[in-house]
Amino acid sequence: MAWAQSFGGLGSKAADEFATPQRNFVFDFPTDHGAHPDYRIEWWYLTANLEDPAGVQYGLQWTLFRTAVAPGEEEGWSSPQVWFAHAAVTTTEAHFATERFARGGIGQAGVTVEPFRAWIDEWRLEGPDMNSLSVQAASPDFAFDMDLLATGPLVFHGENGFSQKSAEGQASYYYSQPFYKISGTLNLPEGDILVIGSAWLDREWSSQPLSDDQKGWDWFSLSFEDGEKMMGFQLRQSDGSHYTSATWIDINGETQSYPDGVFMAEPLEEIRVAGRDIPIRWRVRLPDRDLDAEVLALTPKAWMDVSIPYWEGPVGISGSHAGRGYLEMTGYE
Amino acid sequence: MLLELKDITKSFSGVDGDVEVLRGVSLGLDAGETLALTGESGSGKSTILHISAGLEVPDGGSLHLEGVEINGLGEAERANLRRSEVGIVFQQFNLIPSLTVEANIGFQAALAGRRDKLFESELVEALGLSDQLKQYPESLSGGQQQRVAIARALAVRPKLLLADEPTGNLDESTASAVLTAMLDLVGRTGAALMVVTHSAALAEKMDRRVRLKGGVLL
Amino acid sequence: MTNTILRALLSYWWRSPLQLFTFLMGLALATGLWSGVQAINSEARASYDAAAATLGEGQFDQLVPRVGDRIPQSVYVDLRRAGWLASPILDVTFKGVRFVGIDPLTTPTQMSFSSGSGFSLEDTDLIFGNAEVASVLEGFVEVTKDKSIPPGIAIADIGVVQRLFKRNDLSRLMVLPEQPIRRPDLVKIAPELVVQPSQQIADVAALTDSFHLNLTAFGFLSFAVGLFIVHSTIGLAFEQRRGMIRTLRSLGVPLSNLLSLIIVEMGLLVFVGAVLGILMGYTIAAMLLPDVAATVEGLYGARVSGTLSLRPEWWLSGIGLAFLGAGMALAVRIWQIMQMPLLSAVQPRAWAIASAKRIRGIAILGMILLGFSGLLALIGTGLGQAFALIGFLLIGSALVLPWLTIKLLDFAPGKGVITSWFWADTRQQMPGLSLALIALLLAVSANIGVSTMVSSFRVTFVSFLDQRLAPELFVRVEEEKTASALEKYLLERELEVLPLLTVERPVVGQPAKLYGVRVGRTYRESWQFLGADPDVWDQVSKGEAVIVNEQLARRNNLWVSDEVDIAPGLNLPIAAVVGDYGNPQGQVVMGELLFRKLYPNAVATSFGIRTTDTADLRKAIQSDLEVPDSGIINQASIKSMSLEVFERTFAVTAALNILTLGVAGFAMLMSLLTLAGMRTPQLAPVWALGLTRTRLGVLELARALGLSLIVFICAVPLGLALAWALLNVVNVEAFGWQLPMFFFPADYAFLGGLAILATLIAAAWPAIQMVRKPPATLLKVFSNER
Repeated sequence: MAWAQSFGGLGSKAADEFATPQRNFVFDFPTDHGAHPDYRIEWWYLTANLEDPAGVQYGLQWTLFRTAVAPGEEEGWSSPQVWFAHAAVTTTEAHFATERFARGGIGQAGVTVEPFRAWIDEWRLEGPDMNSLSVQAASPDFAFDMDLLATGPLVFHGENGFSQKSAEGQASYYYSQPFYKISGTLNLPEGDILVIGSAWLDREWSSQPLSDDQKGWDWFSLSFEDGEKMMGFQLRQSDGSHYTSATWIDINGETQSYPDGVFMAEPLEEIRVAGRDIPIRWRVRLPDRDLDAEVLALTPKAWMDVSIPYWEGPVGISGSHAGRGYLEMTGYE
Repeated sequence: MLLELKDITKSFSGVDGDVEVLRGVSLGLDAGETLALTGESGSGKSTILHISAGLEVPDGGSLHLEGVEINGLGEAERANLRRSEVGIVFQQFNLIPSLTVEANIGFQAALAGRRDKLFESELVEALGLSDQLKQYPESLSGGQQQRVAIARALAVRPKLLLADEPTGNLDESTASAVLTAMLDLVGRTGAALMVVTHSAALAEKMDRRVRLKGGVLL
Repeated sequence: MTNTILRALLSYWWRSPLQLFTFLMGLALATGLWSGVQAINSEARASYDAAAATLGEGQFDQLVPRVGDRIPQSVYVDLRRAGWLASPILDVTFKGVRFVGIDPLTTPTQMSFSSGSGFSLEDTDLIFGNAEVASVLEGFVEVTKDKSIPPGIAIADIGVVQRLFKRNDLSRLMVLPEQPIRRPDLVKIAPELVVQPSQQIADVAALTDSFHLNLTAFGFLSFAVGLFIVHSTIGLAFEQRRGMIRTLRSLGVPLSNLLSLIIVEMGLLVFVGAVLGILMGYTIAAMLLPDVAATVEGLYGARVSGTLSLRPEWWLSGIGLAFLGAGMALAVRIWQIMQMPLLSAVQPRAWAIASAKRIRGIAILGMILLGFSGLLALIGTGLGQAFALIGFLLIGSALVLPWLTIKLLDFAPGKGVITSWFWADTRQQMPGLSLALIALLLAVSANIGVSTMVSSFRVTFVSFLDQRLAPELFVRVEEEKTASALEKYLLERELEVLPLLTVERPVVGQPAKLYGVRVGRTYRESWQFLGADPDVWDQVSKGEAVIVNEQLARRNNLWVSDEVDIAPGLNLPIAAVVGDYGNPQGQVVMGELLFRKLYPNAVATSFGIRTTDTADLRKAIQSDLEVPDSGIINQASIKSMSLEVFERTFAVTAALNILTLGVAGFAMLMSLLTLAGMRTPQLAPVWALGLTRTRLGVLELARALGLSLIVFICAVPLGLALAWALLNVVNVEAFGWQLPMFFFPADYAFLGGLAILATLIAAAWPAIQMVRKPPATLLKVFSNER
C-alpha cells in the first residue's frame, strides 16, 4: 500500500472529478471485483503463507495496482489509467521481488469479471469466479504458479466495507477474501519447490486513502491457529500519534470492526534494512479479544526494492495467540 | 620614564655561527626628550631602534614603554602598541608606492583610527609638501619622500618617534632642511625622539647622545 | 583598520593595471583552457550519449518486422502478454524532424532524459525537442524545449505521435536486457518479427570513447599546466609586494590581520579571474565545438548539438581549479611570510638560494616516481594503473627537470668571464624559473604526446579504411537467387568481385565471426597487419592458415604462427593478426575454398566490387537486376567523408595545441617578470663592471632561448613516452586494441619552434625592461645595502 503515498499524489487532496467512497455503499458482485476507473487508486492484493513438504516456510505476494491520472476510461494510449504490479517470494534467507508497468486502454493490463481475470503482461490472477483462481508471475530470477480455493465467505472491513482511514474522514472501500487454500510451485534459483498454505486477497479502492499528515502505515493480516483471523492497521501521523482500525474475523467469516484506538501495535525491535530502520518485531494487542501477541518477520530482508519501495513479508505470531500472517510497512524513510 | 631598556641582549645567526650584537644595553628616554644613538656600522644601533619599536624581540633583558613590559606581548599586541604610540622614520623611507602622498601621510593615523586632517595639514604646511599631496611617492625627490615619511610618523601623534638614519639618503643641504623641520615638529608635538645616525651634526642637535661600540654603550 | 589595509593592498593593483591584467589573465587562461576542454568534451559526450540513450539504439536489442517497417499494435500486446518485455517505438519523419513516440512506462530505465524533465504521467500530451526542432515545427505542433533531446528529433508519448500522424501501429520494439524466465520463443508469438541485436552499434561506442580519450588527456594536462600558471601568477604578486608587506607591518598592522586580508583580496581576484576564464573557455569551446560536433557526427553518425550550454560541471570545476591552484600557491606564500623575520622581508634572494639545495631532493623524488612509472609499464595491469603510469611519468619528469637543466647547463659552451658568469647566473635562477620551465615542459610534451596519438590514430584509421572499404561499390541483395545472378553478371563484366561470406561460430569458446575471402589483388594490396608471415595470402588462399583480428588474438594470448581451433577437429596456424578498431568481437579470416568446404550452406548475399566507374555500374546493376538503391553503397564516398572527418579532428587538436603553448608561454612570462624584479641587485655589479644594459637585455633573451631549448629536448622523449602510454597501455586496457605508434618529426620540430617562440615573446618584456632601466635604479643597489 506504500505506492499510495508517492503515486498519483495520494496523500494530496483528491481531484474533484474523482469519485469518493460513501457510507452505506451496497456492493454489487461480480461487477465490484472489477476495476473502478472513476476512483484514483485500486488494488487486487494477494499474500500467502506457504510451506514445503519439509515444513520450511515461504511467503508470496502478487499485487495488481490501478491508478488513474483522471477519472474514467478511454480506448488506446489516451487512457488515463495506469497499471502496475508487484510480485515477490520470501524465503527464510532471501527475498525476490519484481514489478511491471502498463498503460491502460491497449490491453496490456486490466481486469474482467466474468470469468474473472486480472492481468498485466503474462502475469495473471484468473478463474471462473473468485472462489477458484490461479495466479502466476515471473521475473528474470523467479516465478510462481499457484491454485487458490476459497473455503469461506468474503469479509467486509469498517462499516460494511467502508473503511475509514483518518479522523478527517478519508476512507476506502475495503473487502477481503481471507479464506483461500493455496498450492502450487515456486520456481526459485535453487530449483522448483512444491508448496501449500493459506492466502489472503484484499480488494480496496478509493481516491484519497491518506490524509495530509499521515506518513505511512503498518498493516497486519494475521491467521491464528484456531482458525480465527484479524486484519489490523495503524496509520502513523506526523505528530507521532496513530489512527488504528481492526477487523476480527471468526472461523465462519463473521466480523467485528474496531474503531480508532482499540487495536494497538508497538514496535519492539528495529533492523537496518536498505538504509532504513525497519521494525521487524511488534507487540500487537486487541484487549477486547484478549489478544496480546508478538509478531516477528520470517526474515527482515523482505524489502520490496521497486519504484516505490516498502517492506512486505510473512510473519509468525506467538504469545496469547499463535499463527502466521503478513506484515506490510510503508513510509519508512 | 617613557622608554626604558634594561640589560638588552640580542644575537643573530650568521654564516659562521651566532653573532652577539647587543650585550646588555640599558638605556632610558623621558617623555619629550631627544636622544642620538651613534656608533660604527654593525655596532647594533639599528637593532636597539628596532627592539624599541617592537619590530624585533630581544633575547634577554626587559623593555618598558610607558611602564608596559613589551617583551611579554604577542606579535599582535606589539603591533597595536606600535601603531598608536610609536612613529618610525626609516632610512629608505618605506612609503607605500601605490598610495598618494596624502594617503601615505594619513596612513598610520588611519590604521590607529585617529586621523586628524587639521593636524595633517599643519604637518604638510610645516614640511612644505602642499604641492605634492596628489602625487605618488615615485615622482618625489628623496628629501620629499623623507618628509612624507616624517609626516606619516608624526600624524599619529606618537609619544615616541624613532628615526633610523633619517638623512642618510639625502644630500647635505636637503638633510639639514629635513632635520630642522623634523626637530621643530617633534618639539611642537612633545614626542620623545630617538635617532640613529652617523652624522655628528645631527647628533649635536639632540638633548643627549650615547655611543654604541661592540654591543655595549660607552 | 581593515578598510585602510584593504585599500592599501588593492591600491597596488590600481596603480599597476598591467600587473592586474597579467594576474587576471594568468588565472583566466588556466581556468579557460581547462573549462574549454571540459566543455567540448562533456558537450560532445552528453550530446551523443543523449542521442544513443534516447533512441535506445546503441544499448538494446530491437524487434523489427521482417518485411516493411510497421508492427501492428496487437502484436506488441501479444508479446507483452506472453512475457516478452519490450517497449514500443513509433518513428515518423516529418519536415525533416524524426518524431519518436515512446511509452515512458515501459522504456528501459537505463534510457532516460539527461535533464530529468522527461515525462510524468500528467504531461503525456507534450512534445519535446531542442530549440531548432521547435522552430521547424512552429505552426504544426507546439514543442516543449528541452536541451537534452538530440538534434533533429522530437520525442513524445507514443499516443501523441499516433494521433498526430493518424497511425495505429508501431515501428519497432526495444527489448529490455532482463527478461523473465519461461519466456516463449519469438517465433511462437510473432514470427513476422526478427531480433536486431544491439551489437551492430556497440562498436561505435568504442571508437567514440577512444576519441574522447584524446580530449580527456588534453583536459588532464591542461589542468596540470593551469595549476602551475596560477602558482606563478600568485608568486609574482607576492614578490612584488614584499616591500609593502614589510611597511604595513612596521606601521603596526598585526600579521594575522594582514594575512586574512590578503586571503580576502586574493579570493576576490581569483574569483574575477576564474569567471573571466570560464567565459574564455566558453568562447574557445563555442569556436571549436562546430568542428567537434562535425567530427563526432561524421564519424559515428550521431548528431551533436552545435550549441553550448553552460553546464555546472565544467564551470564549477573551472572555479574549483582556480581556487585549488590559488590556495596551494597562497599557502606557500603565506607560510613564507609567517616564517620571515619582519625586517628582512625584502630579501627574496635568501629564499631563492635556500631552494637551490632542495632542487636535488625534489629531483630524487621525481626519479623515484619515474621508477614507479617504469615498473607499472612493465608489470601493470588495468586502466587505473595505466593512468597511474602516466601520472607518475608526468609528475616525475616535472620534478626532475630543474635539476636536469642545471646539469645540462654544465655542458654549456664558452669559457670567457661573461659567459661563465652568464651560465652561473642562469643556474642560480633555476629555483625561480623552475615552475615556468615545468609548465613549458608539460605543455610541450602534452602537445607532442597528443598530436602523436591523434596522428597515429589517423594513419591507422586511414589504412584501416583503405583495407575495409577497398571495393568501391558494395551491393547487398535479399535473396540467394539474386545473389548468384549478381555474381554471374559481375564476373561476365570481368570485374573483381569479393563475396562477403560469413558465419557466426564460437572460436576458442567465444562468439566470433568467420569470413571467407576471395584472395586477389585487393586483399594483397590493401591489407596491413600488426604482425604477419611473409606469404600470408598464399597460405590463406590455400587454406593452410588463417588471419585473426587483434581482439581475438589478445584475448586468447595468441599471435602469428600460434594455432587456433576454428572448427571441430581443425587447427590452423595464424598467418597474420589484423587491427580491427572498435569491434569487440573476435574475427577469423580464411580462404574462400576452405570456408565453402566448412560451411557449404553459407551463401554470400553481399559483394564488394572493384570498379573505376561507380556511377554507371550502379545504374546498370539497378536496372538490369532490379536491386533497390538502398542495397548499393558507394564505399568510395564513405571513405572520403571519413577522412574529412579526421582532418577536422586535427583542426581541433591543432587549435588546442596553440592554446596550451600560449598558456605555457604566459607561465614563462610570469616567472621571468618575477625574477626581473629580484635581479636588479645581481645585475647591478655586472653592469657596473662594464656590461651595457642592451647587452644585459640580449643576454636575458639568450638565456630564455637556451632554457627553452633544454626544455624542448627533455619534452620530446617525455611526449613520446606519453603517446606510447596512451596508445599501447591505456587504449589496450580501455578498448582491447592497440594503436600502432607513428613518429612525426616535422610536427615536433614545428611544436618546438612554437614553444621557443612563446618563450622568446615571454622573455622580451623583462628584457626590454632591463634595457630601459634607469642607471639610477641600478645605482641604488649600492647605496641601499645595509
